[in-house]
Amino acid sequence: MIKEATKIIETIQISKVYGTEAYPIRALNGISLTIQKGEFIAIMGPSGSGKSTLLNILACLDRPTDGRYLLAGEDVSHYDRNQLANIRSRQLGFIFQSYNLLPRLTALENVMLPMIYYRDNPLTLAEREEKAAHALEGVGLENRMTHYPNQLSGGQQQRVAVARALINDPILILADEPTGNLDTKSSREILELLGQLHERGRTIVLVTHEADIAHYTQRILLIRDGLLASDRRNGKRTNGGSEKPRKTGKARTA
Amino acid sequence: MNFREMVRISWKSLLSNKMRSLLTMLGVIIGVAAVIVMISISAGTEATISESISGLGTNLVFIMGNISRAGPGAGFQGMQGGLVYDDMTAIGDRINGVAGVTVEQQTSVTVKAGNTTLESITILGATPDYPTVRDVSVSKGRFYNEQELDRASKVVVLGSGVAEELFGEDDPIGQSIYASNVKLTVIGVLAEKGLVSGTDFDQQIYTPITVVFKKFTPSMFARMTGDRVRQIIVSVDPDADMDKVIEQITLLLANRHEVSLDALDFTMLTQSDIIETQESTTSSFRVLLAWVAGVSLIVGGIGIMNIMLVSVTERTREIGLRQAVGATPGDIQTQFLTEAMMLSLMGGLIGVIVGVLGGILFGALSDMRTVIEAYSIILSFTSAALIGIAFGYLPARRAAQLDPIESLRHE
Repeated sequence: MIKEATKIIETIQISKVYGTEAYPIRALNGISLTIQKGEFIAIMGPSGSGKSTLLNILACLDRPTDGRYLLAGEDVSHYDRNQLANIRSRQLGFIFQSYNLLPRLTALENVMLPMIYYRDNPLTLAEREEKAAHALEGVGLENRMTHYPNQLSGGQQQRVAVARALINDPILILADEPTGNLDTKSSREILELLGQLHERGRTIVLVTHEADIAHYTQRILLIRDGLLASDRRNGKRTNGGSEKPRKTGKARTA
Repeated sequence: MNFREMVRISWKSLLSNKMRSLLTMLGVIIGVAAVIVMISISAGTEATISESISGLGTNLVFIMGNISRAGPGAGFQGMQGGLVYDDMTAIGDRINGVAGVTVEQQTSVTVKAGNTTLESITILGATPDYPTVRDVSVSKGRFYNEQELDRASKVVVLGSGVAEELFGEDDPIGQSIYASNVKLTVIGVLAEKGLVSGTDFDQQIYTPITVVFKKFTPSMFARMTGDRVRQIIVSVDPDADMDKVIEQITLLLANRHEVSLDALDFTMLTQSDIIETQESTTSSFRVLLAWVAGVSLIVGGIGIMNIMLVSVTERTREIGLRQAVGATPGDIQTQFLTEAMMLSLMGGLIGVIVGVLGGILFGALSDMRTVIEAYSIILSFTSAALIGIAFGYLPARRAAQLDPIESLRHE
């Protein structure tokens, strides 16, 4: 039963069909996969493969048409919008390609945002501020707390987003093309940050179409035509925040 | 998420777009201010009217001849209608509960004194009871007495305005004036009373009615019908039963005029009849104002709805993100509803301030009187709040129903 408890994600033949009954569009054709606690996984696939649909379902933003999705042993396949919102608030952290920081809030306030929607949060405002400040320190932005997103570089904004994803201490972090809008140097910094989080025991699912980026992870799931085409262990494992074997052609400007 | 956080979020989002928030509130501000100003005007008008009605005198019954029957072609029969001087004497002598009775018959004359000439001055013939019945007082000299009435003495009492225009600072008592070439001796001046329901008491001159009959409105039928008067005014004893007095007068006059009770040739109006008429006029005025103000409040509400709908579209990504980090549809709906409420409440508050200041200013700058009513403030502010909820609901619902995935993709 110990094995059961460490299963973060288990999907059983999940499928997703869009469109009308007469002209169904099958985005997912029955995917079964299991992700253990502490894994760092990349989901890859060409555009239109269904990887975004899979991510949306894993992120509890969408529900499968068929099949079951167990998140930490809880079947969330048929949850309504309010229940899903609660799951997202308590269990999940998101990192988006375009950061999605609210432009009118400071870095600190952006990090505090998920705490507002965490039901029955016992923390006072001051305690939340302290926690958010601590999270920003964790991503190296202790000097940028009162900056607004437009005063931060892309890499810095994505770090704020990482801090925001972590603030409610989720069991799973979902990153959708987190380096898609970043230059090489910032990309690597973000990936190293994710690597460090993984080292500390976080479970991270990263969606990307770049093989270079997938190589930072332990395990690569390849989605094609709505099916799981391959599931392989990545030999080139990240190894903490310091020494990393790299197969990337990107130059490191140290 | 608790109420305070909701208010903080909404406040921040309204502050971030100050100009738009202000313009959105403008509709509500104008609506609320309009309600307050308009109610203050109609309340002021009512106060003026009720004061002027009580200024007519006390417990009065006005009796007017139905002169409409004396139109052209009506012949001698037509001319018989109306009131005569002796009707007044009869009322005074035979009816119980009458405190005073007077008549009014008037005509327009040109008045001269020394080098001063005044055109179109009303000369009003009455009886010595006149000051009591009409609630005017004499400031200088005295009013004419019964003896002067009987003898048709050519004496005159001046309205305060006329006295000042003719004599200025000089004492008019004992001086002579000419009213359409009839020489009259001034024996008194009335105290200032001003304009009461269309009559400027200060711009009239007052002589015994007998003088008016003889010198100013001689009637060829007077010998047959008696001297005609425009109206008889009866002041009823406050302790007497008004209805009973009216009934007695009606019977008496019907008898004297030889008309049946369902074809009377005179009309009786009490002060309360006049008040009722005035009240129905002002209440329809007030209903009209309420409609105008109500419509402007609704227009303000539509303005809020409009801007909130735009805001929802503009902030679709923000809504998507909030949902992604755990906001339920209810949270989103409450946030947008709170924003709409805050807009309408702030608009209402500013509107109350503008309305109260506007009402006071309007009263000070125009010749209309305004009275700020507490209920108008409560009414308009409450309406503004309700309008915020009503018109904020649709945009808030739309925001809550947005799909998080599509919202996050929204550009």
